[in-house]
Amino acid sequence: MKNWWWKIAAIAFVLYSIIMGFMGNVPHLNILNETIRNLYFHVPLWFAMLVQMGISWFFALRYLNGYNIKYDVLSSRAAYVGGMFALPGLITGSIWATYTWGKPWVAEDPKLQGVMAAMLVYFVYYLLRALIPDAQTKARISAVYNIFAFIMTFVFIMIYPRLAPNSLHPGNGGNPAFGKYDMDNDMRMVFYPACLGWILMSVWLLNVLNRMKKLQYNLDNDEKIN
Amino acid sequence: MKKLISLTILLLLTATTFAQNNEPQMADTMRSDGKIYVVVLVLSVVFACLATYLIIIDRKLKKLEDNSTKK
Repeated sequence: MKNWWWKIAAIAFVLYSIIMGFMGNVPHLNILNETIRNLYFHVPLWFAMLVQMGISWFFALRYLNGYNIKYDVLSSRAAYVGGMFALPGLITGSIWATYTWGKPWVAEDPKLQGVMAAMLVYFVYYLLRALIPDAQTKARISAVYNIFAFIMTFVFIMIYPRLAPNSLHPGNGGNPAFGKYDMDNDMRMVFYPACLGWILMSVWLLNVLNRMKKLQYNLDNDEKIN
Repeated sequence: MKKLISLTILLLLTATTFAQNNEPQMADTMRSDGKIYVVVLVLSVVFACLATYLIIIDRKLKKLEDNSTKK
């Protein structure tokens, strides 16, 4: 049980955010009403996704510096976990938009356009990995592609919506950020633990998937990685 | 004339009640009758089960890793 504390912390933080997310006080705002509580789930899921894609990018660089296959395993698993967190992030956002913006998909919103582009970029990454049979070739091509993929994702999701003039998202397109007017200190007490909790959960999933893949690799190949 | 005055007064009275309704609607009844605990409990149970399952998977994986390094 030596290295378990952060996994327990992940569960505790998320559980706390679920309980306090519904029980805690929130500011009474028009249009948002109770849906403001979705902030505790929608935003941390996207943060976790960005962290995973960042880890994926970092270990793609590590792989290219020496071609050690274990970094490719870690890098690709992080990209898969990131994709897995993007999905609930997108769905919770869609549900939120239905009740505040009036429809599930507001195509004019630059943040949504950016997310669409970023997801296509990663679909190509998953496709590349699925189509190339040889492990080393797959690792090299996808690592080089990953460098481009993460930077483009960051530009699409974090920079482009902030430069665009017409975003509905807080903190984008000249809008004030969510925390500036809408989030009070009661909300911060839940929001920050929620972010930490979901990021730790994503790292835990990455840890499990990575160890699983390494085990499989060692069974299939003569040269072992650890 | 009297009718007109009483009509305007009544109209103004309704206007003030509309103004009071401008406070954003929150799910306060759900909190006051305790139904919110059902929401919290259900979500917590679902999450706790999934988290426990992840712990079990993690421990099984640890055993597999230990076995594969022994050989």
